[in-house]
Amino acid sequence: MNVAENRIFTQKAEPVLVEAQNLTAGYPGRTVWREANFTIRKGEFVAIIGPNAAGKTTLFRLLLGMMRPLGGSIKLFGSEPKRGSPRIGYVPQQHIIDDESHIESMEIVRLALSGRKWGFSLFANDDRKAAISALEGVGAADLARQPLAELSGGELQRIFLAEALVSNPDLLLLDEPLSNLDMRRERELLRLVNDVVRTRDVAALLIAHNINPLMPYLDKVIYIANGKVASGKPDEVLTSERLSALYEIPVEVMRDSRGNLAIIGIEGHHRDE
Amino acid sequence: MWQYQFMQHAFEAGTMIAIVAGIIGYFVVLRRSAFVAHAYSEIGFAGAAGGILVGIPPIYGMLLGSIFGGSSIAILSRRSTHRDVYIGIILAFALGLGLLFLSLYTGYATEAISILFGEILGIAWGDVINTALFSIVILVGITLLYRPLLFSSLDEEVAEAKGLPTLFIGVAFLLLVAVAVSIAIQVTGVLLIFSLMVTPAATAQHLAPRPSRAILISVLIALAVTWIGLFVSFYTPYPASFFITCMAFVLYVLVRVFHHKIRAPGEQKGWRERISTLSRNQSSRAVSANALGRPAALRFKYKDCRPSGGGPGPFCIRVPSGLSLAGADRTRKVGNICEACSLRTPSGPR
Repeated sequence: MNVAENRIFTQKAEPVLVEAQNLTAGYPGRTVWREANFTIRKGEFVAIIGPNAAGKTTLFRLLLGMMRPLGGSIKLFGSEPKRGSPRIGYVPQQHIIDDESHIESMEIVRLALSGRKWGFSLFANDDRKAAISALEGVGAADLARQPLAELSGGELQRIFLAEALVSNPDLLLLDEPLSNLDMRRERELLRLVNDVVRTRDVAALLIAHNINPLMPYLDKVIYIANGKVASGKPDEVLTSERLSALYEIPVEVMRDSRGNLAIIGIEGHHRDE
Repeated sequence: MWQYQFMQHAFEAGTMIAIVAGIIGYFVVLRRSAFVAHAYSEIGFAGAAGGILVGIPPIYGMLLGSIFGGSSIAILSRRSTHRDVYIGIILAFALGLGLLFLSLYTGYATEAISILFGEILGIAWGDVINTALFSIVILVGITLLYRPLLFSSLDEEVAEAKGLPTLFIGVAFLLLVAVAVSIAIQVTGVLLIFSLMVTPAATAQHLAPRPSRAILISVLIALAVTWIGLFVSFYTPYPASFFITCMAFVLYVLVRVFHHKIRAPGEQKGWRERISTLSRNQSSRAVSANALGRPAALRFKYKDCRPSGGGPGPFCIRVPSGLSLAGADRTRKVGNICEACSLRTPSGPR
């Protein structure tokens, strides 16, 4: 265990949700990244950042049980990840929303709760109540009756967040929820995710390209690039020394006058895939 | 009319087929599988033509053909983005086979015409029994699949992550479509299959945002067009499938046109709320003119609003005043109140 994680351990003794040891991920014949070590505890807001195709979504696929590790081990809630865990809420990067479909937003949230059950439910009032309260939790109760196809990008992300939250998960996996939002919507969504993390004591893993808008909220960052993974508190991980040592190439972490970070030197060395 | 047995059979089979097609059709539209349904019916045509050739009832030939074609399409094109290409390849091959079977068959050409365009007045008692059996299979299948099918149609990514067997659900659904197509062909024929499997459902999804209600409306539309089509064709020399197709189409066009009229751009609420807004608006207009007594010149009038009794313009929207709008919705609140219709106008593009 490294220094950063020891410190988190002494600060709060929340139960460990995810524990990776020497974890190597990839597909047969192609390793995406190797020997990652990190833990994620209950109630932590964690950003996963790194260049395109560095293997950020791969980590989610491991956690969702849709992929097996190539080496090392990953423990989720104390055991190997299995597909379909109700304790995970997942917002994938791509949702294909049919713009001809007039299905109300509430339906997708409701189905996230009961869609795994076979059969038909004629009076799904309990589902509906749960869906409405999940939508209220993300400030989207007034969108419940509106067709999905008519919502804006920011509104859709709130519906998807409600969809992920409706089963009361302990771990939220958000794959690039900020990618189609302008800066204001981005801030609003992050504030909302942060509220959810703090009030529900759920851990959130959020994949993003740019760490700067996330900085005020983060407990931890997992930086994936060049086949390697760095993790810990943002201020400790994202330093020129740490990253240069990890990647064995000169990496420069710059800060501008407002405290915005820029990581220089890694993306250029990124393998072509 | 009822004294004729063929009319009784037509109504019995037509009713069952309309119910099944209305339900299956909703999922066909939701999953954007209309082309698949069409392909099944043409593959079913090859099966039926082959059936006639070897002397088995066309309905079994159709079922065999569309199930065989259905599973090969489902397996070939699993999650492929080129699904329509695979479907097209199999469809063309099947049609060619069908043509060969028909030219080998030396009997009456009317059999072929009735497969292609439907001949509901020619349904025999045995066909009614078969239709009933297949309908029960489909209804049981859809009832069992209902929620997982809906979930994986709406949000396949999350459904798969949640552990739903999305591939199995997709294949099972396509088999149900194959069965439904082979009985629906009796009414509409191979070439007009969309009029019962797609048009009623496409119309219904514009009318109801909740799936269970949309399915109900879809079934009601399919039933109505089938019954009226049968009724009219009894008294006229023209085929029932023509009237069915025609009415389904006209209804669809009416709903689309009507729908656009009441759902103006920028308007997010359903039509019921819109209508209640309009009526409430009349009184609030009177109040604002009298009680506030502000000079009209100072009040804002939105350029696209039609003040002289024409109702609010397309860009005027109602924002509920007591509702707290979080985040993204706040933009809608800051619009100006239009003098002409006293609704708010959005302050720019969403």
